[in-house]
Amino acid sequence: MHPHSRTKTRALALSLLVIALNNFGNLILAYGMRQLPETVSANPLDYIRAMLHPFVALGIVLLVGWLLTRMALLSWADLSFVLPVTATGYVLNMALSQTFLHETVDARMWTGAILITAGAALAGSASTKASLPGRQEDGPR
Amino acid sequence: MKWLLLALMVGTTVLGDVLQSHEMKRAGEQSVSARGLVRILRTIFGRRYLILAVFFMAISFFAFMALVQIAPLSFAVPASAATFVLETLLARFALHEHVCWRRAVGALLVLAGVILVAH
Repeated sequence: MHPHSRTKTRALALSLLVIALNNFGNLILAYGMRQLPETVSANPLDYIRAMLHPFVALGIVLLVGWLLTRMALLSWADLSFVLPVTATGYVLNMALSQTFLHETVDARMWTGAILITAGAALAGSASTKASLPGRQEDGPR
Repeated sequence: MKWLLLALMVGTTVLGDVLQSHEMKRAGEQSVSARGLVRILRTIFGRRYLILAVFFMAISFFAFMALVQIAPLSFAVPASAATFVLETLLARFALHEHVCWRRAVGALLVLAGVILVAH
């Protein structure tokens, strides 16, 4: 395999892992936060107490995994590549929120999520060639 | 309250992401193996801008925790995509990355989507 293709495949595979860790981390964290007896305030102790809740803790573990894998991804590809690709998780977030948290997601919100993903994909199609290592910028300056 | 938390989360995320991208490029390619992750952790503590990035990300995370407790996740996550628009601008002007017209139009679509979700 050509070195650039290998780098691109590696970056896209890692992007999928980043998306999964982020979405399931957010979902489990949100579920855990809603199990707490009181709303958190600006007091840091509230957040430390919240982190002791098992679901909040699990969500945080997944999000730490997301942070580390995303940092590795950022070292291979530009921010302007990473952001559009991982933004496709917004539609997945809507589906997970509706399915597991029983939130009301109306047509306007779905349209919004699809617009966000479409915008990210459009930007990503410009970024893939331009931003992966070993390629020169070929768009207009 | 939810708008204040959202603004705090978006502002600190943008600062954290830009600092992180700038410093990780200077640090060179990182691996996702166990040894690579240890190296990433060492890199974080060896670079002050990365420590600052982590600080901003921590503030952003606490704001997110508070936000998902009082607002739907289906609002909190898409509304946070406002960072994408700001970061595209910063990628161009602070990180000096090339932003072509497709990326600019994409950022505008993201902005329209965020407005729809947050309406």
